[in-house]
Amino acid sequence: MSALLYLIPIALLLGGAGLAAFLWALRSGQFEDLEGARYRILEDDEGQGSRRD
Amino acid sequence: MAALAAAAAQAVEPLPEDRRRLTLVIENLECAGCVPKIERALQGLPGLLEGRVNLTTRRLRLVWAGRETGLPILLEAVLAEGYRLAPFQAGRAEESEAEARSFLLRCLAVAGFAAGNVMLLSVSVWSGVWGDMGVATRDLLHWVSALIALPAVAYAGQPFFGSAAAALTAGRLNMDVPISLAIVLAAAMSLFETMRSGQEAYFDAAVTLLFFLLIGRLLDRTMRGRVRSAAENLLSLKVDTALVAKPCGGRERRAASALRPGDRILVVAGERLPADGRVVEGKASLDVSAMTGESRPQSVGPNAKVHAGNLSLDGSLLIEVTASGERTLLAEVLRLVETAEQGRARYVRLADRVARIYAPAVHLLALGTFALGIGLGASWQVALMNAVAVLIVTCPCALGLAVPAVQVAAVGRLLRGGILVKSGDALERLAEIDHVVFDKTGTLTLGRPQLLNAESVDPADLQTAASLAAMSRHPLAAALVQAAGPVALPQAEVTEHPGAGLIAQTPEGALRLGSAVHVGATGLETPDESQLWLRYPGGRPVCFRFRDSLRPDARAAIEWLREQGLSLEILSGDIPATVQEAAKSLGIGQWRGAVDPTQKTARLKSLSRTGRRVAMAGDGLNDAPALASAHVSLSPAAASEASQVAADLLIQGDLLSPVPEAIAVARRARRLVLQNFVIAIGYNAIAVPLAMVGEITPLLAAVFMSCSSLAVTANALRAAAGGRAKAPLPAAPQQPNLVA
Repeated sequence: MSALLYLIPIALLLGGAGLAAFLWALRSGQFEDLEGARYRILEDDEGQGSRRD
Repeated sequence: MAALAAAAAQAVEPLPEDRRRLTLVIENLECAGCVPKIERALQGLPGLLEGRVNLTTRRLRLVWAGRETGLPILLEAVLAEGYRLAPFQAGRAEESEAEARSFLLRCLAVAGFAAGNVMLLSVSVWSGVWGDMGVATRDLLHWVSALIALPAVAYAGQPFFGSAAAALTAGRLNMDVPISLAIVLAAAMSLFETMRSGQEAYFDAAVTLLFFLLIGRLLDRTMRGRVRSAAENLLSLKVDTALVAKPCGGRERRAASALRPGDRILVVAGERLPADGRVVEGKASLDVSAMTGESRPQSVGPNAKVHAGNLSLDGSLLIEVTASGERTLLAEVLRLVETAEQGRARYVRLADRVARIYAPAVHLLALGTFALGIGLGASWQVALMNAVAVLIVTCPCALGLAVPAVQVAAVGRLLRGGILVKSGDALERLAEIDHVVFDKTGTLTLGRPQLLNAESVDPADLQTAASLAAMSRHPLAAALVQAAGPVALPQAEVTEHPGAGLIAQTPEGALRLGSAVHVGATGLETPDESQLWLRYPGGRPVCFRFRDSLRPDARAAIEWLREQGLSLEILSGDIPATVQEAAKSLGIGQWRGAVDPTQKTARLKSLSRTGRRVAMAGDGLNDAPALASAHVSLSPAAASEASQVAADLLIQGDLLSPVPEAIAVARRARRLVLQNFVIAIGYNAIAVPLAMVGEITPLLAAVFMSCSSLAVTANALRAAAGGRAKAPLPAAPQQPNLVA
């Protein structure tokens, strides 16, 4: 059972990393245009137009 | 361009460091390929900091440094690519709406994280029951669960706690009250159990509940946001500006709302009047159909009184404004709309009606369980535990998903078919109707005249007339050009005489096209009909007759509505003779002509007093109050702004079949919602008795809850599938049905 002592923190850490990544994506506006995003990925030249203030 | 720049300049928001921001609606953003095209056109323009197209909302956001570049340069770059732009008029709700959605997403993320991790720990505990897990290990796992679940519940539960608190302070019960109670009690009881090193903790139930419910809440909000943003785009495309002639001589573009009585404004052919006023100079035919429903144009000259919303067809007018803003006839109509809408606010959504019964029933059940436990001689802890278990398993998780999931699927399906549903309860109300009232002009008909006697006139005459007509913007002239097909441009010089017609100077003399008076055919014309006359120099006058035609699929759509057992009626502001003809052609027995807005509203009110649930379909300004007082209302997307605001559903395109389609989808959605309620209640019928006798373990609760939620969601998805929901296929007729 002593394995739990490091397995639980690892599980929490991984989950926490996922949560943090999601919150970052939300904050940087990646959920604003769900329609457009799936076409943008096919665009080769990522111009300055894609920047966000 | 000038009008766009003037309107856009008012919508620019200043940002710090001398930057400016502007959001524009792109009217003809058709495909994904347009996005890079527009962004590339903007790329490299000096001073531009951001130019990004949002394909979901169909908007373009520009941010630029104010001193380095001008707005017109940016607009020009996009316009040069062939796109039509309109400045987006952000509602005040816009900003807070985006904020609320992102808060819900954050709550969902937190609840999802907590649910995943707590479930991981719970599964270990559950398997430990049959294994050899020690008490200390179980307690450890419970404590870690508590550390994750309690902060998560406190944070992610806010949307429900807030709404429940608001309902309780107002002395009401809504669905959020039992939800909040179940979540809080589950968390509190589990903490208590953990502290006394008990066997059963419901942390996983509390957070998975929250997770599922947040999904439902988010779906609901996303759907409403998407529909609202589409509706706002439509409204933004209709910004009214006016060309003001200044006393000192110059001209200036101004927003219609900034006009003052005494201002003199110029209205050219093809423009709508922005305010009420009196004609000072000029002659023109006015299309007043948006105001009165009357399809024949009116001729006006100096000193005539004209109203906001009228459309000048052929001439330029100089108008002195007599009333603007709040005192126009338009504003009067908008006030009528507001009063009528207050009545509709009393409608209680299906989910809330269920909540009114459900919430007290659940609370009584829990109380009963507690009393039963005590009565049977159990300790108060055990009795309380069973009561809490009842609250947890009856938490309306499936009910919270049942309605929004169906509505999202149904609304998304209608949106793809060009039908905008402006509110979720509009679908519920649409499913309940038993009577449909139609306006005629612009709703049953296209609102545009069509040439009636193309076969009986000499094709050469038609060609000649059309080549002249191509020089005019009058709707009759446009209909003539459309009927003639490709035409050669006239060789001679053509002059337009507003309110009368066109004259071409040919070597043989004057070739005239226009009203009967204009060509000297007085006395030959028939009243109650739109006609154009052509006369060669020295020849006999030739008559072209026009009528507004029914929408191409009107008959099939009306037929389907009748088969569904709906009674139909026409209320029109047009003259009775033309209304009668349309009614006869469609087989609608009940009709009235020459009805004004107040009479329309009165008729709808008297219908609803006799218990009828009325759907109103109309487009004109004169329909707006009636639209607002109907049980549910539909409006073509080309309708006047007031009607668009008042209507619950907006229909894009030239067909009438979206009306039956919307009704079919709404009825199907209601069936699915009711089925979902049955599923949810069926689950309760099994789970509640188990909970009352204390047989529900956290494992059983988790399995039951997930299964019922999944069943409800899967059932809801059927609203989006299945092609056309038994609505008639629009027949594509070769020949438009010409009437009235």
